[in-house]
Amino acid sequence: MSTPNGNGRVITMGQAIKEALAEELRRDPTVYVMGEDVAEAGTAFKVLKGLVDEFGTDRVIDSPISEPGITGLGVGAAMTGMRPVVDIMFGDFSTLIMDQMVNQAAKIHYMSGGKLKVPMVLRTTMGATRRSAAQHSQSLHAWFSHVPGVKVVIPSTPYDAKGLLKTAIRDDNPVVFFEDKMMYQLKGEVPEEEYTIPLGVADIKREGSDITIVATSSMVQVSLAAADMLAEIGISAEVVDPRCTFPLDKEALINSAKKTSRAIVVDEGYERYGVTAEMASVIADGAFYYLDAPVKRMGAMDVPIPFSPVLEDLTVPTPDTVFEMAKTLCGAN
Amino acid sequence: MAKAKSTKAKSTKPAGKPAGTEDVEDLLQMYEQMVRIREFEDKVNELYTSAKMPGLAHLYIGEEAIAVGVCEALNGDDYITSTHRGHGHCIAKGAAVDIMFAELLGKAAGYCGGKGGSMHIADQANGNLGANAIVGGSAGIAAGAAFSAKRLGTGQVAVCFFGEGALGQGLLYETMNMAQLWKLPVIFVCENNMYNEYTHYNETAAGTLAGRAEAFGIHTEEIDGQDARVVNEAAKRLVERARKGEGPSFLICNTYRYHGHHVGDIDRAYYRPKEEELEWQQRDPITILADWIIGQKLSDQSVLDHIKADVKSEVARGAEFALNAPYPDPSEVDTNVYA
Ligand SMILES: Cc1ncc(C[n+]2csc(CCOP(=O)(O)OP(=O)(O)O)c2C)c(N)n1
Repeated sequence: MSTPNGNGRVITMGQAIKEALAEELRRDPTVYVMGEDVAEAGTAFKVLKGLVDEFGTDRVIDSPISEPGITGLGVGAAMTGMRPVVDIMFGDFSTLIMDQMVNQAAKIHYMSGGKLKVPMVLRTTMGATRRSAAQHSQSLHAWFSHVPGVKVVIPSTPYDAKGLLKTAIRDDNPVVFFEDKMMYQLKGEVPEEEYTIPLGVADIKREGSDITIVATSSMVQVSLAAADMLAEIGISAEVVDPRCTFPLDKEALINSAKKTSRAIVVDEGYERYGVTAEMASVIADGAFYYLDAPVKRMGAMDVPIPFSPVLEDLTVPTPDTVFEMAKTLCGAN
Repeated sequence: MAKAKSTKAKSTKPAGKPAGTEDVEDLLQMYEQMVRIREFEDKVNELYTSAKMPGLAHLYIGEEAIAVGVCEALNGDDYITSTHRGHGHCIAKGAAVDIMFAELLGKAAGYCGGKGGSMHIADQANGNLGANAIVGGSAGIAAGAAFSAKRLGTGQVAVCFFGEGALGQGLLYETMNMAQLWKLPVIFVCENNMYNEYTHYNETAAGTLAGRAEAFGIHTEEIDGQDARVVNEAAKRLVERARKGEGPSFLICNTYRYHGHHVGDIDRAYYRPKEEELEWQQRDPITILADWIIGQKLSDQSVLDHIKADVKSEVARGAEFALNAPYPDPSEVDTNVYA
């Protein structure tokens, strides 16, 4: 059940991520972080600010603006004894690195018949609502989730981000780790002690009995807010956070839907052919005889994310739209 | 010639050995490896054209001096990355022909359990990080291996083999930039066989080939890729530089593939003249080395013949082994997706 107690210590998601990296850098000398402006600047989002002070520029490395290059270097270094953490500033720039991720990183273990491994983490961002316009606002995690050979993590809380990132770094596979850039300031309880969270285990962020809302990344907060609104009209919503799109905790999704008999899947990726389609299908398949209504999907509108605030806000699910969808699904109109 | 040979060149010879003295063992080893590649590939051609081999085969015949000249300058644990035309690199780095044949035929005994095939053979035990079917795709991997060698202080170097067609790919320049910035021990070996598939490189590469790496301040040499001794000397120099922390280098080896782009590319007259093919075959890398060995009276023809006969039967046995070997168990299909 829900995020374990952090013993009262509250930090931001950004701090949690930095702590995870610092702990892994300290623990394992083969871990390094490379990316544009990761060292002195501590990334464009300042998330890693100060990390270089402890570990030096040999381990927290500013790179040229060469996304395919640093990803490729990461793949090669991972194959030969290092555990790289490659930082790609905006998830949108993953368009540039698809060959290195899809044809190299994801394939090497299989093509080599298991001889070679690529234990690297690609850290990147997702999410709209920063008024960053179409080339800096996308959530492209579905792209990577589509490809066998990579794992994809999309955390929604500081606690999850820290525990999952540490696991990702220790994983022997390429793992893509998506951080919502609007969530770096999100606060949550994170214990002082060391912990990790296994990849592929969902977390129930709120228990409920009338409807399941499967939500990822920032949509978890959105859905929790919607659940509060639903509670006021007597609808008990359960919010399930898969935490990873692959491995996907299918059981958790199916079991929750069986319990509540209704489900909505909310994700910030484009709706068409997206993550929500996969999850909705999993639920429809596994809980068909328990469902009282079709599984509904909510994602980013299928348009390039617009710049104008009034337009941008229309493109992603909000507490209001999730609330409305849940209400309709529960026949409470 | 892009740059004069560096003065450090001669220091690669073991101390006390007069310059110019050839180590016969080394020369015979290079001869044997070139013959092994040639015989292997002739057999591949035969297996493919008799429909016993699935997929695609890109023959390296004519270019053997490069793989062998370079790999003989490397240690067993040095890294290489290779291309779609990778059989030569794989053998030169120490792979066994029987297990290679098995991989080419998709058999369980192959280097990758039959999951990689001709274009993806990886042989970790010999430092071969894999052939790569994406043109230019392995530049990052090679530089990454060099990066880890440097960080882990292992003293290893990495060689990135690629065709001149890869010079159109941006990744190569990104990695060259970083390799030079951070003085990574990586050697970019450009095998210029003049054709990017079916198009002459004059139509695809602006400026000069050497100029590309020189722009990064990378040490660059351009050599005759048909002469294994020349390649080997250059490679030794560049490996030495890399091991001493002097950073990356770019080695352009001019060469020619005798066959088509792949085995099925038989009708070639529309993109390259027959006379050109014949001309290049006059400068055959195996003959050039054999002539040198004999001419210098370092060995005699019977020794070379003996080597060749041995290799021939090894290759025949290897192919036989692979043809008789079982295919992978169907249960293998979804193993090795994740480590
Ligand atoms: C990124 C990419 N684009 C196109 C191809 C198709 N292709 C395979 S080999 C080749 C030509 C490569 O020429 P070159 O690099 O000179 O190597 P060579 O075949 O001459 O050894 C092409 C275009 C590919 N495999 N990868």
